This record gives sequence, structure tokens and C-alpha cells, in this order.
Amino acid sequence: MDFKLSDEQRMLEETVGRLVRDTYTFDARNKILESEQGFSTDMWNQFAELGLLGVPFSEEAGGFNGGGPELMVVAEGFGRGLVVEPYLATVVLSGTLIDKLGDDAQKEQWVSAIIGGETRFALAAYEARGRYDHTVVETSAKKDGDGYVLSGEKAVVLHGDSADQLVVIARTGGDADARDGLSAFIVDANADGVSRKGYPTIDGLHAAEITLSNVKVGADALLGEEGKAIDALEATLDLALITLCAEASGAMEVACDQTLEYIKERQQFGVPIGKFQALQHRMVEMRMELEKVRSITMLAACSLDAPADLRKKRISAAKAQVGKSGRKVAEEAIQLFGGMGMMEETPVSHYAKRIVMIDHWFGDREYHLGILETLIDVDDHAA
Amino acid sequence: MDINYTPEERAFRDEVRTFLNDKLPADISRKVKEHKRLGKEDTVRWQKILNEQGWLALHWPKEHGGTGWSPIQKHIFEEECAEAGAPTVLPFGVNMVAPVIIKFGTQEQKDYYLPRILRSDDWWCQGYSEPGAGSDLAGLKTRAVREGDHYIVNGQKTWTTLGQHANMIFCLVRTDPDAKKQEGISFLLIDMEKSEGITVRPLITLDGEHEVNEVFFDNVKVPVENLVGEENKGWTCAKYLLTFERTGIAGVGSSKAALAHLKQVAREQIVNGKPLIEEPHFRARLADVEMELMSLEMTNLRTVAAAEAGGVPGAESSFLKIMGTELRQEITDLFRRAAGPHALPFLPEELEGDFEGPYVGPEFAASVASRYFNFRKLSIFGGSNEIQKNIISKMILGL
Repeated sequence: MDFKLSDEQRMLEETVGRLVRDTYTFDARNKILESEQGFSTDMWNQFAELGLLGVPFSEEAGGFNGGGPELMVVAEGFGRGLVVEPYLATVVLSGTLIDKLGDDAQKEQWVSAIIGGETRFALAAYEARGRYDHTVVETSAKKDGDGYVLSGEKAVVLHGDSADQLVVIARTGGDADARDGLSAFIVDANADGVSRKGYPTIDGLHAAEITLSNVKVGADALLGEEGKAIDALEATLDLALITLCAEASGAMEVACDQTLEYIKERQQFGVPIGKFQALQHRMVEMRMELEKVRSITMLAACSLDAPADLRKKRISAAKAQVGKSGRKVAEEAIQLFGGMGMMEETPVSHYAKRIVMIDHWFGDREYHLGILETLIDVDDHAA
Repeated sequence: MDINYTPEERAFRDEVRTFLNDKLPADISRKVKEHKRLGKEDTVRWQKILNEQGWLALHWPKEHGGTGWSPIQKHIFEEECAEAGAPTVLPFGVNMVAPVIIKFGTQEQKDYYLPRILRSDDWWCQGYSEPGAGSDLAGLKTRAVREGDHYIVNGQKTWTTLGQHANMIFCLVRTDPDAKKQEGISFLLIDMEKSEGITVRPLITLDGEHEVNEVFFDNVKVPVENLVGEENKGWTCAKYLLTFERTGIAGVGSSKAALAHLKQVAREQIVNGKPLIEEPHFRARLADVEMELMSLEMTNLRTVAAAEAGGVPGAESSFLKIMGTELRQEITDLFRRAAGPHALPFLPEELEGDFEGPYVGPEFAASVASRYFNFRKLSIFGGSNEIQKNIISKMILGL
């Protein structure tokens, strides 16, 4: 048992840490938020130069060969700076799925383009009817000569507005809720028949509602075997959940730090308000929730090689804990800042928004507790 | 980063498992697992078995007969003991007074007391709290006045756990009433059998149990050689104890065992034709507890690993105390709910190890309500959870 970071992991942590500290200031981030695409292409190019876009990919593909802990380290750093660039959408959600399912030619084309920062992706998986359930897919892909025709609607596609390419999950067989019959396709985001309604999200990101109307793709657009995408999709979503938990952990850390600093400075009744026991105990509880999230995120990040049931149990537990503890930290941060916590100009309010809304990406607390409920009999010995 | 035990750690765990499998008496583990009353005899019998193996003094250095184990080994041992249903070792001698004697005691004290503690010759209890000194322990008033080669002790201690069985008590007493609060306190060992003027009165708790006592001192003569450390430096001993080895404070092993038992009960209880474990509200709370337990276990392991790397678990253990006790209390609440209306019958005789039935309700239900009420103590003793928050606030947050 060893919780220390390896030299490589520490290097990664320092790289992201330095970038966020030096260039991702609150003012710089606000400028990025005001831009039309909602993120900075300069920043994206820096990610590419620093090798960050290659973290989860194999060394042969030009990547860092990272696993759960490496993604965790990067995402924690991003969370500390509330980084809004489409890392999760491009690298984790789309890149790793292409890496898992694609043939050599597809990987060579797309994974390299992702690592190099040339192409940005979004994963169009979820639909409105299924909410957080990725198996509810009504978008269809019908055989059309050598290729396919795709039709359907995708909801709240993370960074779907700005992506160059989409990975679309569509049904090539089975009932609307079946695990079998799901396929993954690469679709040019500007292809005929693709319409996108993009918008900013309240936590500083962007997303889109995407409609596919008879979008024609070639046979080379299909990733992996027809109808057999579910396992790779779930493994990818697990990585995304670890990334989100780690991002929450980093953001919660900063929210706690900023709140602590504030209650040490803010004077009322002639003393810093941090002298009041009622506030001290609330601050302690925030830190306790942060420790829980840090711990269970590590557990999840180190469980990618565990048996599938145990992996799912731990990852869903982590995401549910983030939902529960994150809400507490965010609400308490605003409360302890008082009126200032309500202000857009106060950084902690941005942290609070991101931390709370992470619960709404890829399954909230209730959704993941529900998964945990189905796995309640899976024996869990941490070590 | 690797959350799995090393092959050596796993081998150690197997060794502990084999030992528990061979040597833990079945009648004792049955009582522990079924939440029956444990007698003094049960605890002493188990402590003697542990001592024979050399595994009683977990936290002592090897030279005094301790295990000399690393923090991870201790953690594995405590976890395995809890899962196997081993009774808790009486902490007052081996885990509390002994480390103070080892650190601050004279050679004579070490030579006399430590072997007796290992052999379970003495049953120790703790004389800290007083009616007027609870969370504000340094406000204690029990007086010890030096007269020749004795101290004369007068005053009252309270919440003395299992003091009814004890023949020895370690006490914080005031030796200098004029000094600042913390500076006039001394650490005294008092023989309860041989001394005159000591009265132990039972305190009955809300679950009807006799676990704690009041101890009165009326002109009790205590030889000067029973002073540990320097006169008026007793607070140093008390503080040392508070920071001493608290990796087990999270109670992860017992929470795991309790949760496993709870699940088993919830599978067996049929509500309206279906197992209770399938009832959505109950199952959701169970899942929430499972999640919290995973977070707690990892937090605990992080602290253990930090200790293994040479760090001293200080105020971090206050987090573990709060998280661990809140979780154990939540589990007792779920047990109460699992029993339904049969949580109501209050028949203390059903908690005796030799009770042969019939039980009024399901057997597990006999103890659930009293344990729920008894476990309210967890967030009060050992420094209330509010005091823990004060400690974190001061030591970690710098407020």
C-alpha cells in the first residue's frame, strides 16, 4: 500500500499546477469565458505542447501511457483552476473510446490528431429520455450501402458546440433500452444533416443539443464491431467519472482554502469571523467532506483494473460522494462568505457553481447511489 | 500509487487470520458478533491468549514486550480482529497507562507494572473526568497533597468505564492549586484494592447497563513512588496519551463487520413478502452508508500510510474520530429500523450469552435499541466530536 505519487505522476502534477497557477488566473479565465467558443485555443495548444492531451494514450500512439491515477492528477490540477477547455470531451470521452474501439487506421488518424491538439471532439451519447442512462439510445444508424445513415437527437453534449468531430452513439440493433446493439461512429460535426444548438452551461462550460437528420457516413466511420460498443463505452464513462471526481476534488480544495482565508480576514464585531465557533465547526466539516472526496477518488482512480463489478461499485460510490460532499462544501463556502459569496466577482462563487453542477454531469448522486444499490453484495476489501 | 497490500502485508494478514481462526474462542466471538454482554472473564481470557502469542501490546516497543509492528501491520491486525469478532482489548492498561509509564515512568515502575499489564494481573481504569471537568478536563479539582512519602487524595472522578472490575486507577490530580490550570496537575497510579477511602458507585446508563461509575476518594494515602513523571507535569502525560497511536480510532473494522451483519439481517427480514434489503428507502440508506464507509476506509488508510512513512498522526485522527463515530451511529440507527416494532421489547436478560430463548422478536432485534442508545456515547467520549472540531480548527486550520 502506497499513496505517494510516482516521480512521473509528480512531474505531471507540477506541470499542470504551474500552468494553472501562472496562466489560469481568475481574470484570464473570465476573459476566456467571455469569448464566443468559451475556451482558449492558445491554452489548448499549450496543453498539446506539454503533452497533456496524450496522458491516457499508449506510448506507441505518442501518449503518456497514463491510467486512473495520472488522469486524476491532471484533473485535480484543472479543478483547482476551473479549467474550461474541452479536455474531458476530447481526450477522455472521445479519445479513449476511439483508442479502445478503433482499428489501426482510425487510431492513427484520430488519436494522433487529438494528442497533437489539431482536432477537438465531443461524445454524443446521452439522450433526453434516458437522462443519465447511457443505454437509452433511440438515435438510429441504418445500413446504407457500405455505410450508415444516422438519425436522432442528443442532449447536453459536452463541448458539442465547438467540436470538429463527434463520436455518436447510435443504435444498430436491439430495443431502445438494450445494452446490445449500440455502435459508435465518428461523424464530422459540420456534415450535412448535423444541426447543433450550442449554449454556455452555468458552470462555465459549453454544450449543445445535437440533431442528426439522415446523416450519411462511410463504413470507416464505425468504431469497432457493429452493435458491440457498450463495454468500451462504459469503460470510457468510468474514466470520465474519475476525471470529474478528481476535478471536483481540486475545486473543493480551493473552495475550502479560499473560505478559510476569508474567515481569517473578514472582521465583524471587532474580530475575524473565523474566531466564532459556529463558523469554525462549519469550516471543519467542509474540510472533512473534502478529505472524503479525496480518499474515495483515489480509490476509484486505482480501481480501473479491478473486476468490473467492483470497479463500477467504487466509481459510482465516488461520484455519489462527490454529489453529497460537493454540495455541502459549495453551500457552506457561499454561506461563510456571506453576501460576498453571492457575487459574480468573488472567485469562490465560480467554484461553488462548478462543484455543484459536476453532480449533473454523467449521473448525479441519486443515479450513482442507485447503481451502488445494485452492487451492494459485491465484496469490497479496499486492499 | 497503489492501494493494494504488498505481498508481505498480505502474508502478515494471512498469519493473523490463521491465528484468529485457531485461537479466538468460539463462545467469545459468538457473544461479540451477536452483541451479547461480555464479562470480565471473557476479556481477560482473550487478553491472555493474545499475550501468549506476543500480540497484546500492539503499540509498545519490542524491548518491553510489545509487537514493534509498523502502523500498517497494526491496522491489519485491528481490522482482522474486528472482522473475526474478537473482543476489544481493555485499553486502559495496555494502550493508555502503559505508554505513559514507558515514556515518563521510572525503571521501577516499568519493571513492576508492565509485566503485570501483559499478564492481565491488573484491571486498570481511568480517573480523568470529574463532575465539573468534562470537555474542560484541565478544570479538574481532585486534590493530592504531599505529606511525607505519601499523597493524600480527596475528590471525585466520574464516567469511570468498567471501574467496577478494577483494582488499579490512573488519575489526574491537582497538586498545585495556585498554578495555572494545566500546570498544577500530576499523574498518579492508585491501588484501589489496598487503599482505604475509595468508594466506587455504579452509574446506570440509559440502556440500563452498568458500564460506567463514579469513584470517590476520601483521604486516600498514595505512596509518592506512584507518581508518574514529575509533580505538576501530569498534563504532559495526558496530552501524550491523546496524541498517541490513534490509527484505530476510525473503527473501520467494526463498522465493516456491523454493516455485513446488517445486510445479512436485512436479507432475512421479510417485509410484506419481500426481503427488507429490497425495500427502496432502506436500500438507499444502506448504499449511502456503504459509500461513506469506503470514503472513511480510504481516509484511514491514507493516515496509516502517512504514519508508516514516518509522520505522526496528530490532529488528522480527529477527522477519523468524527467520521468513524458518525458512521457507526448511523449503522446502529439502521439496525433499529431493521428490527421494526421488535426494536421495542426491552428484555436485558436476552443479552446474556447463556440466554437460551425463546426471544420475543427476532434474535438480532434484542440488542438493537439499547445499542443505538448506548452508542450515542461514541460522539461524546474520548473528546466529544465538538472538541475534535475545536482541535482541527486550531491545529490544522489555524483559526
